[in-house]
Amino acid sequence: MSVKMLTYTNQNTPIHRLTGASKLLFFVLWALTAMIIYDTRCLLAMFVIAVVIFAVSRVPFKQYSFVLYLILIFFGLNQIAIFLFSPLYGVELYGTRHDIVHLFAWYTLTWEQLFYQFNVALKYAVVVPIGLLFLLVTDPSEFAASLNRIGVSYKVAYSVAIALRYIPDIQQDFQNISFSAQARGIDISRKEKFGKRLKNVVSILLPLILTSVERIEKISTAMELRGFGRGKKRTWYRARPLRKGDYIAIAMILIITVACLVITFADGSRFYNIFK
Amino acid sequence: MERIWQMYRDIPEGSGHVAAIEGRTGMKKPVIEFQNFSFQYRAQSEPTLHEVNLTIYEGEKVLIVGPSGSGKSTLAHCINGLIPFMYEGERSGTLRIAGETISDQGITLLSDEVGTVMQDPDGQFVGLTVAEDIAFKLENDAVPQADMIKRVFEAADTVEFTDFLEASPHSLSGGQKQKTTLAGVLVSDADILLFDEPLASLDPHTGQMTVELIDRIHRETGKTIVIIEHRLEEVLERPVDRVIVVNEGRIVGDMTPDELLCTDLLRTTGIREPLYLNALHYAGCKITAAMQPGHIDSIQLDNCIQPLQQWYNCVHQDELPVSEHPVLEVEHVSFGYEAGKPILHDVSFQIGKGEIVCIAGRNGAGKSTISKLICGFYRPSAGRIVFNGRDLSGDTIKERAEHIGFVMQNPNHMLSKPLLYDEVALGLRTRGVHEDTIRERVHEVLKVCGLYPFRSWPISALSYGQKKRVTIASILVLEPEIMILDEPTAGQDFRHYNEMMEFLNQLNRQGMTIIMITHDMHLMMEYGQRAVVMADGKKIADDCPSRVLVQPDTIAAANLKQTSLHALAVKSGVGEPNEFVGRFIAYDRGLRHP
Repeated sequence: MSVKMLTYTNQNTPIHRLTGASKLLFFVLWALTAMIIYDTRCLLAMFVIAVVIFAVSRVPFKQYSFVLYLILIFFGLNQIAIFLFSPLYGVELYGTRHDIVHLFAWYTLTWEQLFYQFNVALKYAVVVPIGLLFLLVTDPSEFAASLNRIGVSYKVAYSVAIALRYIPDIQQDFQNISFSAQARGIDISRKEKFGKRLKNVVSILLPLILTSVERIEKISTAMELRGFGRGKKRTWYRARPLRKGDYIAIAMILIITVACLVITFADGSRFYNIFK
Repeated sequence: MERIWQMYRDIPEGSGHVAAIEGRTGMKKPVIEFQNFSFQYRAQSEPTLHEVNLTIYEGEKVLIVGPSGSGKSTLAHCINGLIPFMYEGERSGTLRIAGETISDQGITLLSDEVGTVMQDPDGQFVGLTVAEDIAFKLENDAVPQADMIKRVFEAADTVEFTDFLEASPHSLSGGQKQKTTLAGVLVSDADILLFDEPLASLDPHTGQMTVELIDRIHRETGKTIVIIEHRLEEVLERPVDRVIVVNEGRIVGDMTPDELLCTDLLRTTGIREPLYLNALHYAGCKITAAMQPGHIDSIQLDNCIQPLQQWYNCVHQDELPVSEHPVLEVEHVSFGYEAGKPILHDVSFQIGKGEIVCIAGRNGAGKSTISKLICGFYRPSAGRIVFNGRDLSGDTIKERAEHIGFVMQNPNHMLSKPLLYDEVALGLRTRGVHEDTIRERVHEVLKVCGLYPFRSWPISALSYGQKKRVTIASILVLEPEIMILDEPTAGQDFRHYNEMMEFLNQLNRQGMTIIMITHDMHLMMEYGQRAVVMADGKKIADDCPSRVLVQPDTIAAANLKQTSLHALAVKSGVGEPNEFVGRFIAYDRGLRHP
């Protein structure tokens, strides 16, 4: 397998060294905060912090490039959809109207709408890097342990971890399957027309699903045979106590969350209004 | 019962061996008892096990053999509790594990008594590191962390694997993976160790190491060992107390290896007999239990030497068939998935038209990569691949597939249609062939592959061996000139192995060139006309199998092993060992394809 996408690689950076629990706490609070607030100043600040954290983690670009492109496509679609469905939502929100240009029918581009969509874009830019980073720097078994620590049943926690753990294997299966399909003339490359290509992808999915089900059955049998699920509690070989770095990370995210909420709601609305 | 185990645990380290011997010679405690036990899976119309009576005693080492579908795996599932807790069905009679009837215990409770090592370690790793994987059972038992770390280390120490605790299980070699799973069961206090086809998917050398490791653990810990396997000769490399033969859901044999090997039970149930006995049978020798035929080291050959010598004198070695004009030429090919990590280094070989060539080598030697380059899945970084005198480098995967068919090891990676007919027709349909022509060609291929009666069946109703055939049929229908098969006989018992290989051999006689990627030594000996051996991305041997399989350097580099024929020749003093192996292969082939 040439490139392993979206999988944990063991690097030694301050970000990697954090325990799973603090990574999870950080990610959850970060995402919640970014979702609630529309305060441009706070979002911009968070964006800068996210970029810094990402740089510190030194994750190679090719590990997430594909997913990033995918997200960007959906992001673009999302932006267009927002404008198509409610072109004057910004006007409604900010209570003023500054037209830029009339497009067609009832579609008019306004500064308010542009500003609103800019804020939406910023939210993506704030949440996506940290979300990706969380997947890339969290050892799956530690992730399970940390989910368990914050109260999720360990069975659920473990199934999530196993799913993450088997991503590379499933990628490998996918590659094998697609090779053999291509040899029989099922082309999924860009040479094929879009409709046909979509149909061809579907015919690759069936064997992929079957082999994945086979994998799941095998692993769950192996787990049961080794006593998985016997008690309400289990212990973790990898459990680690919180260290200095963890306390710093937790303090940081608490400060960011509280600060953002305070600044945002200081004027009684979660939208930061530049038009008044 | 519990008390005895307590005693066992309290015995200080080092005296396990003594305890084991006492267990075997003194009063025998039954730990696994089947009484008139029958079982029928819910989805099946017939019982899989009929009236099984079997008792296995504490400290015994028992081998259970049988062909696919004989019920031997079902027997294993009953012992470790997968039946009835995971696979439901109708049971009658009684089954006691460690003195308790099985319906009283849940599967997780049973895991304290029975530790299971399943086949194919790859698919069952749960931990990200070796240490975590070994610890899994202890984590589930909620053992405190400090205690856990100590016990994991001890278990790893038993299999001599403490240096790898922080490694990722997926980065290990086959033998190391096997050690990890073994440590994972040793870490608990289970007194019964159940091995469900531990040798499947292992190369000959790693298989031998595993058999030795199991034996050492048996001697050192005195645990009860149950091994389910159809590769009889390899398990018998180390002594076992009893062999149980299962066929059609019944126990048809329960005796010592020496007794078993002089009956014709192996032949009637379709299990491959050890090669050295095969040779003695060819020479017309009669095998008796008194000769102690269980192992090549123990067998008494006094009465066999004369007939063996006569047989040897009458047989002649095959000449290496001169390969005609080459159909495929691999010329100075190098390749690596990542820059700076070459997988193949300057590999060259030729495949003659109508040949059967085996490409052998240990995992990671680059043998699968070669086939992927030939099919165009990847492009070589240097060198070229020439087909019928034409450089293939400009051809797409699809274009190459017109001439070179590739059959993957796992049939489920290839099967994408619910119905057999559609699956075989798929390649033709994507090439826009007319539906009438498709029907004609598909039916023809199905007849060749012996699948015609199943043409309207759903694929899910087929057995593993049949699915494998479907994948071959779906490639064959495209009428390639060369077929590359990745481990065509993996996971198949002796009967299915024979069927599959006779089928491929028949194709070969009709003119098909066949390349097989394999580490199955029987396959190389019986069907390979030539073997190309890879090690560390380089070609290290290219010769007829009878010569390759006797070269100590080649054998070691490719994780193969010396056959017991070699040992037989040395022990009996009949002929020169390499010549002996060569003549055996020639004779054996003569019997197969007169």
